[in-house]
Amino acid sequence: MKNMTYGEGIREAMRVKMKEDPNVLLFGEDVGKFGGCFGVSAGLWEEFGDERIRDTPISEGVIVGAAVGSAACGLKPIAELMFIDFLTVGMDQLVNQAAKMRYMFGGKVNLPMVVRVPAGAGIGAAAQHSQSLEAWVAHVPGLKVVYPSNAQDAYGLLMTSIDDQNPVVFIENKVLYAMKNEVDENELKPIPLGKARIAKEGTDVTIITYGRQVYDSLAAAEALAKEGINAEVIDIRTLFPLDKEAIFKSVEKTHKVVLVSEECKRGAFTGEIAAMIAEECFYECDAPIKRVGALNTPIPFAGDLESYVVPNSRDIELAVKSLF
Amino acid sequence: MKITNEQLKEMYTTMLKIRKFETSAMDFFAEGKIPGFVHLYIGEEAVATGACANLRQDDYITSTHRGHGHIIAKGGNLNNMMAELFGREDGYCKGKGGSMHIADATKGILGANGIVGAGHNIAVGSGLAIQYKKTDQVCVCFFGDASTNQSTFHEALNLASVWKLPVIFVCENNGYGISVSQARHQAITDVSVRASAYNMPGITIDGNDVFAVYEAVGEAVARARKGQGPTLIECKTYRWRGHFEGDPTVYRPEGELEAWLKKDPIPRVEKYFVDNGVMTGEEIKKLNNEVEKMIEDAKEFAEKSPVPSLESALKDVYSDIVEEGRIR
Repeated sequence: MKNMTYGEGIREAMRVKMKEDPNVLLFGEDVGKFGGCFGVSAGLWEEFGDERIRDTPISEGVIVGAAVGSAACGLKPIAELMFIDFLTVGMDQLVNQAAKMRYMFGGKVNLPMVVRVPAGAGIGAAAQHSQSLEAWVAHVPGLKVVYPSNAQDAYGLLMTSIDDQNPVVFIENKVLYAMKNEVDENELKPIPLGKARIAKEGTDVTIITYGRQVYDSLAAAEALAKEGINAEVIDIRTLFPLDKEAIFKSVEKTHKVVLVSEECKRGAFTGEIAAMIAEECFYECDAPIKRVGALNTPIPFAGDLESYVVPNSRDIELAVKSLF
Repeated sequence: MKITNEQLKEMYTTMLKIRKFETSAMDFFAEGKIPGFVHLYIGEEAVATGACANLRQDDYITSTHRGHGHIIAKGGNLNNMMAELFGREDGYCKGKGGSMHIADATKGILGANGIVGAGHNIAVGSGLAIQYKKTDQVCVCFFGDASTNQSTFHEALNLASVWKLPVIFVCENNGYGISVSQARHQAITDVSVRASAYNMPGITIDGNDVFAVYEAVGEAVARARKGQGPTLIECKTYRWRGHFEGDPTVYRPEGELEAWLKKDPIPRVEKYFVDNGVMTGEEIKKLNNEVEKMIEDAKEFAEKSPVPSLESALKDVYSDIVEEGRIR
């Protein structure tokens, strides 16, 4: 066992893949000598040089587009965008090009590309640098969407994402970058996409979440345990493909569901999971399906306001209790 | 630039293929055989032909919504193209792409594209892959005058220039962005002047002169193959048909089309052939008949090809996942 930060997990996966496969390269804003806005690529430029670790202009459209074009021509690019908010600028290239090329072209093109995007609130970065836009991308057929919560998963899921023949949006939570997790060095290996992880086993209620809210959910579970409620916490790890089997199995056991994410609730991906449970697993539920998310506002700047808008463990605890 | 008679005949054949393919597509659309939107390349044949005559099979192109000409010029198979227009199983995209999304990875055709200006960025990605692999391939990026007002144009030309990528940006200035004339959509008359903003060579040529296109693109390709970076070439041409089939073209000034019809790129080549003894009028007629037969065969191929199975709609979204269907 050793300690590794979430950011180190991501960097290590890129480093190992780049050593292993000469077709893997990283480009984005300030990813070179500067080491990336959040320091994720620190040291990679020194190790791999200008050809493989490329600083781009501030041009999100062509960053994503260059990933599309180079992937179609045989490379395995990793494109880093500084914030998921900036993906809006490159959205055509992701949604209309990357996601649809294989289908439109009758399955005759592979696009082994990863777009890495830091997401989420919590650092006082305000409305244009704090969003959780995972539902936007999970909505689009043709994209895979990954959202790890810890160093081990970040490493293993990125390894798999880089090798995937389809475009993967790899969402990183910026609050988690510096968080240290214990990782099992023997288990530092690729993790298949579409396999949820049970973060805590329980019998009374299923909390389904991902990313930073895994920790809030675990804290809520701990508080609930003191009141005799044994919550199961499921970290879905990938929004698409989604591990329906793991979700239904847990619901069949606990019969109660709380879904948690940092997205504002309107149109959130948690709504998709809730609908899926309602459609396919309704008779297993003995209480309403509850959702916890951010309020339906942009993310405000002032610390107190930001904390108020974004969900925390107390919100999760209250949502669970409302079912009993 | 040296150009052999054989090459000339090949280019002429390509222009005929495009003209006759498009004329047939026009008729088939009118007859209701082709669904969706069809954007025809009639009148612009010299651009795709002259440009692609400089390319090898392993070179790349990106195309546009008006892409049939580019695909034919890069060696696309007429049967598979026509079957795709008809939405059939043997179409290039198994009937899932249609007119605006034909691609052929084996011939370096990175796809027609339904989003105006999207090809610029994809071409840069292709150029990056070429440079990274240190080959001497190139990518030709075709686009219209109106797409030079999209942000992608600026992003792509800037990055291609700063990274010295082997991309040749070929602007087909056909005078219109849908219904809006160039004079009303940009305050310049020559798109090529924009090259100076990226410190890359930029020229404007007669896009209805296949020799001029061949020569200009040839020089740019030679530079790109040597690692000397991108070029912007503006080819002045004209779209004979509307933006799409069914467009009543009420926006055209009187006499404009008629003036451009006189600059038809195809008779110009025929005249050169006859004047210089490359081909006789009889041989030209024979070749025309041969190409017409090819198009008839393509139509027959398309009509014989089965309609795709409903299950096929669920495939090819991902390489490794088949989506769920519905029971009806």
